[in-house]
Amino acid sequence: MIQLRQMNKKSSRLKYLTNGIILENPTLILMIGLCPTLATSITVRDGLGMAAAASFVIIGSNVVASLLRRLIPATVRIPIFIIIISTFVTLVDYILQAYEPGLYQVLGVFVPLIVVNCIVLGRVEAFAYKHNVLDSMLDGMGKSLGFTLVLFVMGTIREVLGSGTFWGRPVTPAWFRQYPILLMILPPGAFILIGILKALLNKLMKPGS
Amino acid sequence: MPKNPALIFLAAFLVNNILLIRYIGLCPFFGVSTSLNTAFGMSAAVMFVMILAAWVTWFIFHIVLVPLNLIFLRTATFILVIAALVQFVEMFLKKSYRALYSAMGIYLPLITTNCAILAVTFLNIDYRHNLLQATIFALGTGLGFALVIILFSAIRERLDYAPITRSFRGYPIAFIAASLVSLAFLGFIGLFGLSL
Repeated sequence: MIQLRQMNKKSSRLKYLTNGIILENPTLILMIGLCPTLATSITVRDGLGMAAAASFVIIGSNVVASLLRRLIPATVRIPIFIIIISTFVTLVDYILQAYEPGLYQVLGVFVPLIVVNCIVLGRVEAFAYKHNVLDSMLDGMGKSLGFTLVLFVMGTIREVLGSGTFWGRPVTPAWFRQYPILLMILPPGAFILIGILKALLNKLMKPGS
Repeated sequence: MPKNPALIFLAAFLVNNILLIRYIGLCPFFGVSTSLNTAFGMSAAVMFVMILAAWVTWFIFHIVLVPLNLIFLRTATFILVIAALVQFVEMFLKKSYRALYSAMGIYLPLITTNCAILAVTFLNIDYRHNLLQATIFALGTGLGFALVIILFSAIRERLDYAPITRSFRGYPIAFIAASLVSLAFLGFIGLFGLSL
């Protein structure tokens, strides 16, 4: 009996991690955090850079909010969460500026804007404030993986079709690179691509439709 | 970036439209653009708070943070200041201007986490705008937000009645419609020599 309960607990733990990847994917299912997804998926490298920065903030603030959850009074929790989140955002801001100045230039205003990314505040408020540190960390990692997956897929498609390269290396014939589908790296391409991805996901999740 | 106020306005309003070209503030864009009424309320609230936030954060940055060498605190300061400002505006409107409050009151709390507002305050600093330029930039961005969200809500009201394959209904078709509107806005590139 006890063993069974432990097993159940273990599988629910694992669920915190795996839920975020497809079933509760922050971008494609919950439809939050759209701005950085569309804006920074022009190339795979930029997309993964954004994903790494956001993941650091999501996991870090989930852990800290969960550590402090007994000390934070419910009435002023939102301002306190915002302070925790903006601490991590400031850290990322300065780390990127120091070690990855090229990436920092490309991401631009989207680095400080992680502070208003609904994924971060949403997870802290809905999950970390009510769960222990380990679960909150797993939940943060799961949501980050889901976000990273979408950025990777979109970045790959947009970079291959829009500039004919992958991670800066040419992967398509020279004629294609000379006349790539320029639309894909422009804003309309991002909107069309996420629309098609969302429709595909709808189709896969509800096979009857 | 242009320095002339008229060009700053045009760049923020059309050429670098905050929703369709810069992709900032998309959550409220897709969330409240389902009907014309909510689109009007939301864009009025955004324009109003955007200008106020641009002023307040400009003063805080140049009078408090820069002289005290506290620029690294700008992210935390700006978001808390905007959150407090929105609360004050909400209380003030509730008490003094009931009609205005009933029109845009329910959208005010949502604005605290609206990235468009925060983005304008950061961009004002990145572009080294003075107070006049910052105001014009906020006004142009707010009007650009309103223009697109109101145009788009009209499109979405029509989309509700259109025969669309089931897996494309809702968000997917909205994204594709946004893509076409965004394509139209790309046509403004080059207007008066303004670029992306």
